[in-house]
Amino acid sequence: MSKPTPTKLSLTKLVLAGAAALAVFAAGTLATAAEDMPPLPKHEWGFKGPFGTYDRAAAQRGFQVYKEVCSACHSLNLLYYRNLQELGLTENQVKGIAAEVQVSDLSDDGSVIDRPARPSDPFKKPFPNELAAAAANGGKAPPDLSVIVKAREGGADYIYGILTGYVPFEKLTPQQIKEFSVTKDDHFNLHFPGHRIAMPPPLEDGKVNYIDGTKNTLQQEASDVVEFLAWASEPHLEDRNRTGVRVILFLLVMAGLMYGVKRAVWADKH
Amino acid sequence: MASSHGAPPVFNNKLIAWIDHRLPIFSYIEKEYHTFPTPRNFNYFWNFGAIATVMLLLMIVTGIVLAMNYQPNADLAFDSVERIMRDVPSGWLLRYMHMTGASFFFAAVYVHIFRGLYYGSYKAPRELLWMLGVVILLLMMATAFMGYVLPWGQMSFWGATVITNLFSAIPVVGDSIVTWLWGGFSVGNPTLNRFFALHYLLPFIIVAVVALHVVALHVHGSNNPLGIDPKGPQDTVPFHPYYTMKDGFGLMVFLIVYAAFVFFAPNSLGEPVNYVQANPLVTPNEIVPEWYLLPFYAILRAIPDKLGGVICMFGSIALLFVLPWLDTSRVRSCTFRPIYKWFVFLLVFDLLVLGVCGAHPPEGWYVPVARLATAYYFFHFLILLPVLGKIERPLPLPSSIADAVLKKKAV
Ligand code: HEC
Ligand code: HEM
Repeated sequence: MSKPTPTKLSLTKLVLAGAAALAVFAAGTLATAAEDMPPLPKHEWGFKGPFGTYDRAAAQRGFQVYKEVCSACHSLNLLYYRNLQELGLTENQVKGIAAEVQVSDLSDDGSVIDRPARPSDPFKKPFPNELAAAAANGGKAPPDLSVIVKAREGGADYIYGILTGYVPFEKLTPQQIKEFSVTKDDHFNLHFPGHRIAMPPPLEDGKVNYIDGTKNTLQQEASDVVEFLAWASEPHLEDRNRTGVRVILFLLVMAGLMYGVKRAVWADKH
Repeated sequence: MASSHGAPPVFNNKLIAWIDHRLPIFSYIEKEYHTFPTPRNFNYFWNFGAIATVMLLLMIVTGIVLAMNYQPNADLAFDSVERIMRDVPSGWLLRYMHMTGASFFFAAVYVHIFRGLYYGSYKAPRELLWMLGVVILLLMMATAFMGYVLPWGQMSFWGATVITNLFSAIPVVGDSIVTWLWGGFSVGNPTLNRFFALHYLLPFIIVAVVALHVVALHVHGSNNPLGIDPKGPQDTVPFHPYYTMKDGFGLMVFLIVYAAFVFFAPNSLGEPVNYVQANPLVTPNEIVPEWYLLPFYAILRAIPDKLGGVICMFGSIALLFVLPWLDTSRVRSCTFRPIYKWFVFLLVFDLLVLGVCGAHPPEGWYVPVARLATAYYFFHFLILLPVLGKIERPLPLPSSIADAVLKKKAV
């Protein structure tokens, strides 16, 4: 068996090469992760993984948090009121939610009027444009939140980290104050790059009174609004996961069949 | 091997016979994809040509449907991609198939190229076949680069700015060329428009070059893991059903991995900042291309001089064109090249190191490592390859493919 015959490109070598490649990439990522940022808080999200789904009740509470707190500063340009039905709200509830908001429109004679919003209207923006948004927020415009969970390294964990990561000025170490030149008027956030964030702490214990009676701790509010924002970023996630499981099962069966056919065809050559 | 092609096929169906008598497409298919004599000893590396072809077609089909709903306008492009994912029926599927498909298309082509390198498929009489392959690689890179600009995120915009700016390194006319490419004085709406037009066009040019690639392949037939020519019918099998079925199986396995990414981790291969709309006033912390272009980006940045970097980056691919003449060994397959074999693996490792360097800002250790890896890349092709072919003692070649296959079975 083992005279030094010409070695074939064997599986073992491929595995070794693969392992070496992984090691290189791991080393690369570790090197970046080792910056001065603290690790993001660990949080269980039901929408992670191939069988993930959104927690409808949490996302509905999250919408309440968005509506009562975040919507004062942040737009959600890609959403329409009708989309809320996907979170399990009824058509009438959605009509009611929309109707609380006044949007401008043209009347039949072409004059600009205000009217109550309909489910077919997009979410109303808090500011007419980016300049106005920046002017009202100390020079930094609050970003649109429609795809925010996809738009940040760390995703849902990062947003949750931002919302729960504020440290009041009194609790900062002199070293932190010096290193990041923090003043009394700044907001210090553990997870924001550079730590000084233009957003004042939006949430705290008791900030919203949940309609469903859930206890309104800071962590609960943050977790709920992130669930809502995750849905807003990937509204088709559940459909995608379900389709994915079916497609992969189908491909597995096809691969098995093809393997059988291939073996049968090659039987006389082996 | 004219003998095994045999007499022209006889078609029983009257219509097919009528057409074939006037336009022999059915004879062609019969000859090139059915009876075509193919070495009997392929391993699974030979699946990747077929896989790459399927990925190309998949990119074209998903791309055309995306284009029906996409708006190539700087104010609308970003939102239109999200609207596709939210409001077009199965739009999320189309977009994620196309986005992930680009990565998997490159992955398949890179394995395909590795196969060619390891088994010496670029050597006579397949030099033109190999060079057409390098043309395909270049066209793919251009297509993917322009496609990545279309969603008009931050990385789209800044990637386009960095790469188009490279042309300003050309002496005298550089700046005018860049303005001409942009259609203005910065990357903007005209740039997006023309990139869209070219992104639609280039894949069809790729199809044409793939056709030439296949024509060239069918002149002398495929290489094989032993790198020796088939000597008669005992060394070959008809392409169908032997390799159609084997390719089918390999394709299914590949698609399983692809589908796992499309459905369960579609955004894991991309940069999150590309979900932030392009903003000419805010530069992202790091500007990095997609993973499949990282090694070349690392070469670009490894050279301290801008023009030098551009020359080395394009040179690294241009080298592949002359590879058939740089390799002086008469033996094709690394199976029989005990020393060179390890250098092929080292080259792959070198490219991985370059990839990691390309993904990080050129600071600290990444700078010397990237320079060393770049130097090694050129050393491999320009010095090692020509010299080693002269001094290496290849192992004895088997007398025929059938011989080797049967002997292996006996062991
Ligand atoms: C008083 C206005 C205001 C309110 C209310 C507010 N934000 Fe912000 N938010 C801002 C501003 C301003 C920024 C920009 C911060 C910066 O870039 O320094 C911001 C930034 C953010 C960011 C992006 C951080 C990053 O990585 O760039 C997220 C996420 C966010 N806000 C979420 C929320 C959520 C969720 C709520 C509701 C619970 C909320 N905000 C309420 C003003 C506000
Ligand atoms: C060689 C084949 C192709 C490759 C490698 C390729 C690659 C890419 C890439 C990398 C993107 C960016 C994906 C993203 O991040 O969103 C993209 C987007 C796009 N491509 Fe292609 N593409 C190919 C063929 C085509 C064809 C034939 C069309 C048809 C017109 C097309 C239409 C589009 C459109 C409309 C977009 C923008 C939508 C989006 O970003 O998802 N592509 N392409």
